[in-house]
Amino acid sequence: MAIEVRIPTILRTYTDGAKQVEGTGSTLGELFTDLEQRHGGLQARLVEGGSLRRFVNVYLNDEDVRFLDGLATPVKDGDTVTVLPAVAGGAR
Amino acid sequence: MLTIPRELRDKIVAHARQDHPDEACGVLAGPAGSDRPERFIAMTNAERSPTFYRFDSAEQFRVWQEMDDKDEEPVVIYHSHTATEAYPSRTDISYASEPHAHYVLVSTKDEHETEFRSYRIVDGVVTEEPVTVVE
Repeated sequence: MAIEVRIPTILRTYTDGAKQVEGTGSTLGELFTDLEQRHGGLQARLVEGGSLRRFVNVYLNDEDVRFLDGLATPVKDGDTVTVLPAVAGGAR
Repeated sequence: MLTIPRELRDKIVAHARQDHPDEACGVLAGPAGSDRPERFIAMTNAERSPTFYRFDSAEQFRVWQEMDDKDEEPVVIYHSHTATEAYPSRTDISYASEPHAHYVLVSTKDEHETEFRSYRIVDGVVTEEPVTVVE
């Protein structure tokens, strides 16, 4: 039973350089906790204070999970979760 | 050093002028590992603000997916400052998350001259680099 998780360049230090890893869980939150077992430190880059970090985009298949249920979004075998750091900035 | 075709540089400047006084933003994609910007992709500034920009998350997903399918990567990530210098701000530095990209900053604060500068931003460190425009 596996969910494919695509990892952006900047987080590959936690996956030994892998662009893609696998995990299990019935919600996104559980999946991240599962990934943390094998890729220590990754969860803290994605989750803060029990919710998804502000400038990290996470997609379940092709939908931004902010429009679904955030960390409570159900995930299942065969799903693909993609992580992309938000591209943002400003004058200050 | 950033080597950029004149045509792409001109498109970035035109985009920044067009969206002024809001910040404009976008990507130049190129073949993965080549460090060559080849394809201009203007992005929507989801903040639509004169002092902040953020790529729309659904649009970013599609563009990143497309680059992946074409074996490309974001060689340049650009945005404009509309009232300040073309230098990375504190927020620009803290959100810089593509370690291989050249961060191009354009300033449209002057009506007639557009400042165009490029930087590497890695682990919170900004290094300005020369820009070579090629025909």
